[in-house]
Amino acid sequence: MSVTVYIPCDSSAVSIGADRVANAVAQEAKNRGVEINVVRNGSRGLYWLEPMVEVATDKGRVAYGAVKTSDVAGLFDADFLNGGAHTLNLGLTEEIPYLNKQQRLTFARVGITDPVSVEDYVAHNGYRGLKNALSYSQADVVKHVSDSGLRGRGGAAFPTGIKWNTVLNTQADQKYIICNADEGDSGTFSDRMIMEGDPLVLIEGMTIAGLAVGATQGYIYLRIEYPHALEILNKAIENATAAGYLGENIQGSGKTFHLEVRQGAGAYVCGEETALMESLEGKRGLVRFKPPLPAISGLFGKPTVVNNVISLASVPIILDKGGDFYRDFGMGRSRGTLPLQLAGNLKHTGLVELAFGATLREVLYDFGGGSATGKPIRAVQVGGPLGSYLPESQFDTPLDYEAFAEIWAVLGHGGIVAFDETVDLAQMAKYSMEFCVEESCGKCTPCRIGSTRGYEVMDEIVNKRDLDKNIPLLRSLCDTMLNGSLCAMGGMTPYPVLSALNHFPEDFGIEKNV
Amino acid sequence: MMQTVQTIVADLKDKPGALLPILHAIQNTLGYVPPEIVPTIAKALNLSRAEIHGVISFYHYFRDHAPGKKTVRICRAESCLAMSGKDLENHAKAKLGIDYHETTADGKFSLEPVYCLGNCACSPAIQIDNDVYGRVSNTDFDEILKEHSA
Repeated sequence: MSVTVYIPCDSSAVSIGADRVANAVAQEAKNRGVEINVVRNGSRGLYWLEPMVEVATDKGRVAYGAVKTSDVAGLFDADFLNGGAHTLNLGLTEEIPYLNKQQRLTFARVGITDPVSVEDYVAHNGYRGLKNALSYSQADVVKHVSDSGLRGRGGAAFPTGIKWNTVLNTQADQKYIICNADEGDSGTFSDRMIMEGDPLVLIEGMTIAGLAVGATQGYIYLRIEYPHALEILNKAIENATAAGYLGENIQGSGKTFHLEVRQGAGAYVCGEETALMESLEGKRGLVRFKPPLPAISGLFGKPTVVNNVISLASVPIILDKGGDFYRDFGMGRSRGTLPLQLAGNLKHTGLVELAFGATLREVLYDFGGGSATGKPIRAVQVGGPLGSYLPESQFDTPLDYEAFAEIWAVLGHGGIVAFDETVDLAQMAKYSMEFCVEESCGKCTPCRIGSTRGYEVMDEIVNKRDLDKNIPLLRSLCDTMLNGSLCAMGGMTPYPVLSALNHFPEDFGIEKNV
Repeated sequence: MMQTVQTIVADLKDKPGALLPILHAIQNTLGYVPPEIVPTIAKALNLSRAEIHGVISFYHYFRDHAPGKKTVRICRAESCLAMSGKDLENHAKAKLGIDYHETTADGKFSLEPVYCLGNCACSPAIQIDNDVYGRVSNTDFDEILKEHSA
């Protein structure tokens, strides 16, 4: 009987050699006349151990990592196909503390299944949510999502159920579901991991959304920087359609839902939902005024649900186990789980899905293992390029939308980027302004002009010129951007800038804040 | 070239929001979107040339001139900056002898900045065409470049 060996096809794992390892394993098996079945799975998200090779044994999957091509012959010698001892042997995958301390709901299957196999997906509890949804009324499907307390995981944290309900109750001849897969926030990669590691959960979530609100067409707006995800999504859509889970008459229900992937073109601002819709319509990605809300007049003027990948990928488990099940995780008004992405200068970077409520410190040290360079962690940026920088004194803040809002920070899409003591926060603040110059859509003045002026002022400041004049000027400018911008691009660029200034004034050449 | 463009436009023009799919298909085939084809697209979609040009120039990804044989993208985002990304950026510029948005004299490589490749758990990261590389040291960069020079 041939042994099944799992080697990730996840693009991050591939970026550090997973394809080469997969080839080497296949070649070595051939040379030795051993029959093996290699499955290219998603990543478990333990990136410091990638490329991670898993072998299916009677006791469960045994993991080996990080495997280099030069290790492959040695692994065969050590009988890794039977879980043999080797310095890279990590034991049973499920018992690796980093993994078994997590609460994986949305990521339940990532790294376990063959991403594009519908059969594998169904065998691992896939499409149970859709099956339930098909037996419920539209209002009941929406009610489960409302009851779950799910809030938009893209960053804005708007209650998903309210959005769906608005679209459900708006009459129209055509409605749309859009998945915002323009994961532009630096330090985030959970959308990519879902799309490459378990695309069918996203497809199922979008199908349920379509049934719930009466939309027959869905679009996944995917950023151009994710070519691997495009390939895997298209293959998964093809397979789901062939198996009767997409298209006309889904599973004999008479319901229809079509799905198409559209690529963005490198504009960060297209992650803003109205700019995204402009882009889908074939225009420049300019932010629209709201109202009208997209739920009432969205894509091509029709009622549209726009949800992030993680929001939609959390829907199947909510419909499978019920809104109450999901709501029982979390704290306060932050219900369920948040897939955190540990990035930057951390020893153990990766994907950590936890119920809301753990502290930042637990995540940075218990999971992240401290900095990769071994120096103290000086600052952490949470929530992407528009998120605040947090100093060590704020590391005990629980990961909860409201707790973060209280310290003038955001959880955003759950990206956590750590910096050691070599970081210069004034340079980072200058960088934030530069990023806004590059990516502003240009529609509103505070963002378009403010970012350019902000970059110039920051340039003065990092060169220590006229600080007593320039620091108040920077604050005044940030105030205008915060309160006068049309969307979060200009409106939140002050978060990293001012948090850097407030918590790390010494980097700006001042002792305390003026 | 005109023939290729006309086939692409005819195939895709009836899609809802057809412009981006058309521009992607053209750039995938030709490597860039030549300015002289703008009128063809404008006519097919019943839009003005200014509107088409506006879209092409809005998006960082579309380019109106032929790039080098391969495009090297260096991530400039925070996670990579936290892991010596700035050093790698300087090294790449020095090694290739060009700045961003330029092409080497031999026409082999173009250099572009990118803001996040979603490879933040393996910073610093670069991309050459569709291939992503993680935890790239300066020495790794030279080796990867050599592989792609062949």
